[in-house]
Amino acid sequence: MVIFVSLLAGVVFGVGLIVSGMANPAKVVGFLDLTGAWDPSLALVMAGAITVGVVAFFVADRRTVSFIGAEMKLPAARHIDRRLILGSAMFGVGWGIAGFCPGPGLVALGIGQAKALAFVTAMLVGMGVFELIEKRQQPEVLR
Amino acid sequence: MMSIDWNAFTPWPALAGGVLIGVAAAMFALLNGRIAGISGVIGGLLKPVQGDVAWRAAFVLGLIGAPLLYLLFASPPTSQIDAGYGGLVIAGLLVGIGTRYGSGCTSGHGVCGLSRLSTRSLVATAAFMGAGFVTVYVMRHLFAI
Repeated sequence: MVIFVSLLAGVVFGVGLIVSGMANPAKVVGFLDLTGAWDPSLALVMAGAITVGVVAFFVADRRTVSFIGAEMKLPAARHIDRRLILGSAMFGVGWGIAGFCPGPGLVALGIGQAKALAFVTAMLVGMGVFELIEKRQQPEVLR
Repeated sequence: MMSIDWNAFTPWPALAGGVLIGVAAAMFALLNGRIAGISGVIGGLLKPVQGDVAWRAAFVLGLIGAPLLYLLFASPPTSQIDAGYGGLVIAGLLVGIGTRYGSGCTSGHGVCGLSRLSTRSLVATAAFMGAGFVTVYVMRHLFAI
């Protein structure tokens, strides 16, 4: 059941990205280009998603088990550190260069864009590099 | 000076698509008990833990398959990628490393985290949006790339 929900949620999320225009990097860059001809659409995408999300998480955050009996695994981290800020800033630079964040990258790959394949491959390599660095920094016993 | 590009602005599709994204995140939280954070879901596939792979793969498959389903009902979506291959590779590496270090991307921090009123996610979102604004400013207006 969890696997089916995941598949369905992936499809709904992907269609949402397409409908909203966020699977189109040129439109995302249009939002990030504050001093140019600014396209505020992305702000409304966030507003729409968060409006639904606030209600859903208000309920989800108060449950000990999901509505289909799955274990609740919502993150509890609250700390704000250098990793969070520098990592996010690094992500933002990449986002600005390409107009792609991870989700739209995958959707554009599904549209059949060769350039999206280049982006997604590099993203996976980047994530792999992160895993390697993390592995090297943590002694075997602690993992 | 800020000027809004009224021809490019698509408020209704943006809101409707946003609601769909919110519904997907809601399904994930209420049914699976998890955050629909795309970078985290993919990241977990790169260090697979037994019993923790199938749902991740299913979510990724759904995202990649979404355009095919969309095509059954509508004309092909526009996806204009202006960056060249060099730029896309650099961007991909930065997005891959950055989202893992920052523990999230636009979906995990931007949608789910902000929906949970998380200060940590608000800081992350401000950091990646701020960096995105600066990057586009530098590229488009200082160097005209």
